[in-house]
Amino acid sequence: MDKFRLFPVEASTSAQQVDWLYFGLTAMMIFFIAVVFLPIIFFSIRYRRGSSADRSNPSSGSNLLESGWTLFPLVVGLGFFSWGAILYYHIERPPKETLQVQVVAKQWMWKLQHEEGKKEINELHVPLGRDITLTMTSQDVIHSFFVPAFRVKQDVVPGRYTTEWFHPTKLGEYHLFCAEYCGTNHSAMIGRVVVMRPEDYQEWLSTGETGQSIAIEGRRLFRERGCSGCHEGSPAIRAPVLEGVYGKQVPLASGEIVTADDQYLRDSILLPGKQISAGYENIMPSFSGHISEAEIMKIIAYLKSINAQGPAGQ
Amino acid sequence: MKTATATVIRTSGEMAPLNYLNAEHGVRSWLLTTDHKRIGILYLCTILIFFTIASIAAAMMRVELLTPQGDLVTSETYNKLFTIHGTLMVWFFLIPSIPAVLGNFVIPLMIGARDVAFPKLNLLSWYLFIIGGALALWSLLYGGVDTGWTFYTPYSTTYANSHVISMAAGVFIAGFGSILTGLNFIVTIHKMRAPGLTWFRLPIFIWSHYATSLILVLATPVLAITLALMSLERIWGVGIFDPKLGGDPILFQHLFWFYSHPAVYVMILPGMGVTSELITCFSRKQLYGYAWVACASMAIAILGFLVWGHHLFVSSQSIYAGMVFSVLSFLVAIPSGIKVFNWTATLHKGSITFQTPMLYALGFIGLFTIGGLTGLFLASLAVDVHVTDTYFIVAHFHYIMVGGMVMGFMGGLHFWWPKITGRLYPEFWGRMAAVITFIGFNLTFFPQFVLGYLGMPRRYHAYPPEFQVFNVLSTAGASILGIGYLLPLLYFIWSLKRGRIAGPNPWRATGLEWQTTSPPPKHNFKQVPIVTGPPYQYSAEEDNDLDVATV
Repeated sequence: MDKFRLFPVEASTSAQQVDWLYFGLTAMMIFFIAVVFLPIIFFSIRYRRGSSADRSNPSSGSNLLESGWTLFPLVVGLGFFSWGAILYYHIERPPKETLQVQVVAKQWMWKLQHEEGKKEINELHVPLGRDITLTMTSQDVIHSFFVPAFRVKQDVVPGRYTTEWFHPTKLGEYHLFCAEYCGTNHSAMIGRVVVMRPEDYQEWLSTGETGQSIAIEGRRLFRERGCSGCHEGSPAIRAPVLEGVYGKQVPLASGEIVTADDQYLRDSILLPGKQISAGYENIMPSFSGHISEAEIMKIIAYLKSINAQGPAGQ
Repeated sequence: MKTATATVIRTSGEMAPLNYLNAEHGVRSWLLTTDHKRIGILYLCTILIFFTIASIAAAMMRVELLTPQGDLVTSETYNKLFTIHGTLMVWFFLIPSIPAVLGNFVIPLMIGARDVAFPKLNLLSWYLFIIGGALALWSLLYGGVDTGWTFYTPYSTTYANSHVISMAAGVFIAGFGSILTGLNFIVTIHKMRAPGLTWFRLPIFIWSHYATSLILVLATPVLAITLALMSLERIWGVGIFDPKLGGDPILFQHLFWFYSHPAVYVMILPGMGVTSELITCFSRKQLYGYAWVACASMAIAILGFLVWGHHLFVSSQSIYAGMVFSVLSFLVAIPSGIKVFNWTATLHKGSITFQTPMLYALGFIGLFTIGGLTGLFLASLAVDVHVTDTYFIVAHFHYIMVGGMVMGFMGGLHFWWPKITGRLYPEFWGRMAAVITFIGFNLTFFPQFVLGYLGMPRRYHAYPPEFQVFNVLSTAGASILGIGYLLPLLYFIWSLKRGRIAGPNPWRATGLEWQTTSPPPKHNFKQVPIVTGPPYQYSAEEDNDLDVATV
């Protein structure tokens, strides 16, 4: 981690791909610099005042030449755009089956929790050779989760969930930086990512204070906070049953149809009036200010889990 | 005949006995002047103050970054330093630099007009600028601002404990000065051109200021709205950007960059205009592909409005929106490329001399080319994910704004200095300063590209020790760069009394501004000039026999 280098270490699958694009762009830059600088140097010497170079019949323009140096860079530029866009599509969209880690950022600290329940602060332990997805939000201002060795960065925005994924390919410890200016101790909001052998990771997960899995804690919260009172098929109050809702299309009272993703579930807890399921009354109180970001993430993890095992999922 | 002219310049250049500088005397005659030339000088003096303060802030940051740990100043002070540096440099130095100083002075002269279209409005612009500047300075003296020049929400609206409102108010008010200056230039260029000066006979300096003015008029109001909304939320808690109040923090970024990205072109187009004047004059050639260069300015101004979203590739903007903004950002590079190729082609079969302004112009082309090409790294989505918010981006925009715009400003200031003051600066020291600036600049900012790709985030008060070597190089470069800026300040002041008398046209340039005396009379021309041909009527073949020393 603390070693002088000219080029950052490549520790994820996307790191290599991004570096190839970077080398491609560098080659293009060197080409265009040569195309501009060499003639400037050559003309400056050859046509310096007093030299005997031939200056007769100077040209003041040529549409052929102009079209050439408009179209050639255009084609090259569109090529690099496509390369960058395809790779971006790959980097920005997490694969399906991945390890999940929840990240809550606050001034000036990273709080992380693994699916199995283990919590960390300013450190992230991950196994080698697995896809890992971070689901992130912020409690206060905008932060940004940046791991240079993986060539990934994603802003962590209050009020929304953002995701970041990577596939570590090299054991070691790597820098974790907050890359979006977030106030006084911005430059102290740093940490490390530790890539371990899978068996070491399993051992690490089960030692120390392991806690319960996020989904189980979520179930506890679902009961304690009174969600279950209405949302588990109570005959007294009409509220949507949440088993199997995660990832489904939900028709709204407004006529829209939305996907019940993390963001939708989060908004439904904090701003229940924003998107009301069709056929239901807006009677749910807002939990805004009564529940922490980490707790909401756990409840969502629970809802996700009853998707997989609950009756609707079978 | 040409040779004879040159000899005349060497022996009998004289100060115009009656000129705009001695037409009236006293402080009042300056503070209430409506003469565009005097207003240009008022701007020059005021932006110099802001440039100095902002440079001192930069110097303190560079000294702090000599060591990995934060030891010279506290984190809070460091954050205020980069905010001072950014806000003052962008709004109180770069944006007014070429347009309000050189544009004000030169545009009416160049198009054969007696003044700008609205001289009183021109003075009002300067007053708005200094009221805004005074508010900004007040914010600094009373404790500073720590939001960065970008004022990102919800930090600026809810969490920052510094003088955000007064700083925003300063920028807001100065912005109206920009809008009025832009308006003034647009009307002046439309309505006040000399007889025969058709659009395609205009020097590129005028074209680029026309494009710049369009941006100032169309984009600056959006900044005003954005800052007003931010203040509403900060003072009265109206929920617009803070999600706790039901707002959307990314909305602020869209609004802010809708202004600030076009504003980046305000910080480069005028430099391109200056470069076009210098390259032609010092290679004694017509501008290659004139119409293409003129239209490229307009293309940049228009496309510049459509690329703001490339600042939001990692902000949670939709990835498809990211792709649209990425492709548009590649497109906006094309007209910039056209300009660079045409400047290069202009040198072909020229008769080139390397006076100070030419050195700055060549420096501009080189550094702008590097700045522009590294911009493509940032336009390229997947690489941007890695390098955005790192020192790579800091290096990139300094290549454009300092390597480009400040080089252009210095080149233009040296070029028109004899017109402004009637005297020449010392050529030897001028060349020295240009070379020192070029070396210092590259040493300061090139290592930052490496640092950025290594992953050092920007706005970091302390950093991991492995980044130290490049930071030390950068700080060393900054001290050389400082000398490069200090030298001209000294010899320009010296030249006011002691500089060689320039005469009306020391460069034997073809622009209309050189047809009047130096310094020009109060109303610029004794007779309105009549234009009969295209600009840049130089002849390399004839001029090549001239002795360099006479020029």
